[in-house]
Amino acid sequence: MSFDEIYNIALMQGFAGLSLFSVLLLMGLGLAIIFGQMGVINMAHGEFMTIGAYTIFMFSSLTETYAPGLVQAYFPIAIVAAFFIAFAFGWLTEWALIRHLYKRPLDTLLATWGLSLGMQQVFRSTFGPKEVSPTLPEWLMGSWAPSEGLDIPINGLFVLGLTAVVTGGVLLALYKSRWGLRVRATVANRAMANATGINTKRTDRLTFAIGCGIAGVAGAAFTTIGSTGPTSGSLYIVDAFLVVTFGGAASLLGTVASAFGIAQTQSIAEFFLTGSMAKVLTLLLIVTILMIRPQGLFASKIRR
Amino acid sequence: MSNTDFVLAIEDLTVSFDGFKAIDALTLYVDRGELRVIIGPNGAGKTTLLDLICGKTKASGGSIKFKNVEMTKLQEHKIVRAGIGRKFQTPSIYENLSVFKNLEVSFPRGRSVLGALGFRCTDEVKARVQSVADEIGLGDALDTEAGLLSHGQKQWLEIGMLLMQEPELLMLDEPIAGMSVRERELTAELLQRICKGRSVIVIEHDMDFVKRIAHKVTVMHQGKILAEGSMDKVQNDPKVIDVYLGH
Amino acid sequence: MDAFKNWVARTGMGSVLVLALVIMVVFPLTMDIFRLNLVGKYLTYAFVAVGLVMLWGYGGILSLGQGCFFGLGGYMMAMFLKLEASDPESTKIQSTPGIPDFMDWNQITELPFWWEPFNHLPLALIAVVLVPMVLAFIISFAMFKRRVGGVYFAIITQAVALILTVLIIGQQGYTGGVNGITDLKTLLGWDIRDDSSKYVLYFVNAALLIGVILLCRWIQMSKLGTLLLAMRDKEDRVRFSGYDVAMFKVFVFVLAAGISAIGGAMFTLQVGFMSPSFVGIVPSIEMVIFAAVGGRMSLVGAVYGALLVNAGKTYFSESAPDLWLFLMAALFIGVVLAFPNGLAGLYESHVKPWFSRRKSVAKPAASAGEPPAPPSAPTHKSAPPAALPGGVQGQSA
Repeated sequence: MSFDEIYNIALMQGFAGLSLFSVLLLMGLGLAIIFGQMGVINMAHGEFMTIGAYTIFMFSSLTETYAPGLVQAYFPIAIVAAFFIAFAFGWLTEWALIRHLYKRPLDTLLATWGLSLGMQQVFRSTFGPKEVSPTLPEWLMGSWAPSEGLDIPINGLFVLGLTAVVTGGVLLALYKSRWGLRVRATVANRAMANATGINTKRTDRLTFAIGCGIAGVAGAAFTTIGSTGPTSGSLYIVDAFLVVTFGGAASLLGTVASAFGIAQTQSIAEFFLTGSMAKVLTLLLIVTILMIRPQGLFASKIRR
Repeated sequence: MSNTDFVLAIEDLTVSFDGFKAIDALTLYVDRGELRVIIGPNGAGKTTLLDLICGKTKASGGSIKFKNVEMTKLQEHKIVRAGIGRKFQTPSIYENLSVFKNLEVSFPRGRSVLGALGFRCTDEVKARVQSVADEIGLGDALDTEAGLLSHGQKQWLEIGMLLMQEPELLMLDEPIAGMSVRERELTAELLQRICKGRSVIVIEHDMDFVKRIAHKVTVMHQGKILAEGSMDKVQNDPKVIDVYLGH
Repeated sequence: MDAFKNWVARTGMGSVLVLALVIMVVFPLTMDIFRLNLVGKYLTYAFVAVGLVMLWGYGGILSLGQGCFFGLGGYMMAMFLKLEASDPESTKIQSTPGIPDFMDWNQITELPFWWEPFNHLPLALIAVVLVPMVLAFIISFAMFKRRVGGVYFAIITQAVALILTVLIIGQQGYTGGVNGITDLKTLLGWDIRDDSSKYVLYFVNAALLIGVILLCRWIQMSKLGTLLLAMRDKEDRVRFSGYDVAMFKVFVFVLAAGISAIGGAMFTLQVGFMSPSFVGIVPSIEMVIFAAVGGRMSLVGAVYGALLVNAGKTYFSESAPDLWLFLMAALFIGVVLAFPNGLAGLYESHVKPWFSRRKSVAKPAASAGEPPAPPSAPTHKSAPPAALPGGVQGQSA
């Protein structure tokens, strides 16, 4: 194997890691803002991702049936829809369940786990137990070959771009919008934020819904690299948790860095080992590092 | 740092949070059998100082010697076992347990995992609980659930829990906050009784109370010691007056 | 007699006695061996639930990875039984006789060195409890010494369960992979599959469970039990009373792991196999719900919780599998929102007062002689209503 080939393979493997990075980051981002603000871990977060993925599938099926001419164009609209549908369900979940449990983070784990079981069964009853895949527009297919022997899949590029846009949007919203201001105030001092007239309950609900909406977008991104089943989301949930804790809760920069690190470690390890051993190695590495440095990579100053 | 006769010798102690020096090269000595009161405006670093002594916060530099043994590197429970007891600002008691259990748990025996498994509530323990409970005025309330006590009684219970440990140095953070006038008087008497045979450090804002109990007063300001001495001397110190009244 | 009555009331032995009667007399008399064996299987999960009462109810530490310890215990037992079932005579058609069949299928020609100790029953039995406890010690020591708790700890335990599952499935040549270790036949020549041995194993299991409950009850009543409750309430106060809080948490975590492992080993013996489907995230969190349904503060309740949820699971997953997941979902949400103290909590708040009302009506003056210290006796059994969600108060993160 020449150096060029190795270089190309490394590059492609690295790029494969970037797709995983995108999904993990979008999942982790939602979890992180929810956890950062409310201290709530949402075990059903993966199911909100699945909602996003099924939304894309529904749009694709409907377009194919009723407006075959629009197959090339439905995808962006479907992504937006994925966000809003997941957002709406998130809003509902916060109202019905989460708000009763804010003082009991461990119980929230159990209750949201129950929710995830229920949602999975709803998916199974609605879409069937088999995995489904939307018909992706042609422009997402194929690959881009900037040089001989180097193939970069276009769907990967698209997902990466989408992730960048969403992450940028979240950061922008957090630091420039009214909502962001309220969130930051609530994170810093909930009682004080309340006293200055911020409706922290409303802010909580909005944050939770936005976090779920981002998970919906993660689901949309997921459809371009894998097929969707009722339990697709739950496969990513532990990884997403680890992204958040490993990055250091409440640090979005940490979330980005840890999603990148975890995805690349796994992707590179997969090249040398079997898939399952790569997974074991990656998880073991994270858990070991977390045992040595429990505050994560980018710790906020005040913990506990 | 040489060895001293002081029960507590703090020298050159510094702690900084992100560059902000909450305690700045502070030196303080406490005698055996002394009741020292630390006063100072909010944010002077009084509570932080107690946190440092009991190990809740780790020092960035300097030394804390208790009976000539360095404390800064020890874990919290080892510092307690060395003989330092600390009461928190808000009453910190086990609300779901009875007064008796609260005191019994604080008895300094069976502190390891196996020790706790093998611990038996002997007559000696019961007698000790009873005598401490009498001391803090809760002798008739042993079966009461601690959460049902009044605020003042909770403060006393926590002091009682510390007395169970028979510490040589007792640190009390605002022990009379939220107490009625009568309760304050009782607390002052209690403090005067319990400082026999041990050293006590008290943080307090109430000047009348301070006057009543203090052997010596230390005034802290911005992480440093501003003045030290008898209450009269401190009260007439122009620097102190400036800090409290000025700006 | 009165002294005995007081002792029963103080220690909560009455409920343990009733439980012992139910599982050791009533069930064996009323059920055929097939059903009884099924109940025996449920009772192995009850070990995990009892461990969780100590860990989660008393210690305030939620682990979402208890299946990991249950599974390890089960695997240790299964490895011994598998080696006994793989004697050269019965495996002579293999290309390498004398090693477990799945190793042979995966082109492994020699027994791995770490399988060797499982040729000996005493070593295997020691490993059943020791291996899970050592793993638990490593995890908990690292985390608790650094003051990591609450949600963080729960997630780490979950990750450990995931790692173990993926590892077992991935290394099928050494572990039997996704099918697990199957075709277990005899224990030192004693066939564990026929009905009479199933009876014996059921009673061994039930006796062990009662023994474990008694042990836990003893711990709860010791100073250590009081300290666990105190830590849950005001961790810093315990620390500044001279206790190494981390070591107490490590102890209760290791204890729960050891108890779960015994359950796992009994599962293997009674059911005849062990597989990764009892190790991972899903079974682990289901085991938490057994304890939650029974009542996170009640050892005896946890057993009933395990029995009830599993009976429901068996019934519904045959008759209406779709419905069962919804029921399970409702169980998780309902228990947390409406009945944080589970069945035991309902008993304390509804059934018991009803009984005592009836009693006081029946004999109005008779009980005047000696009031058996009503307010202080139950305090350690159930926290007062203010502390219902007590498992989470004072936790970090």
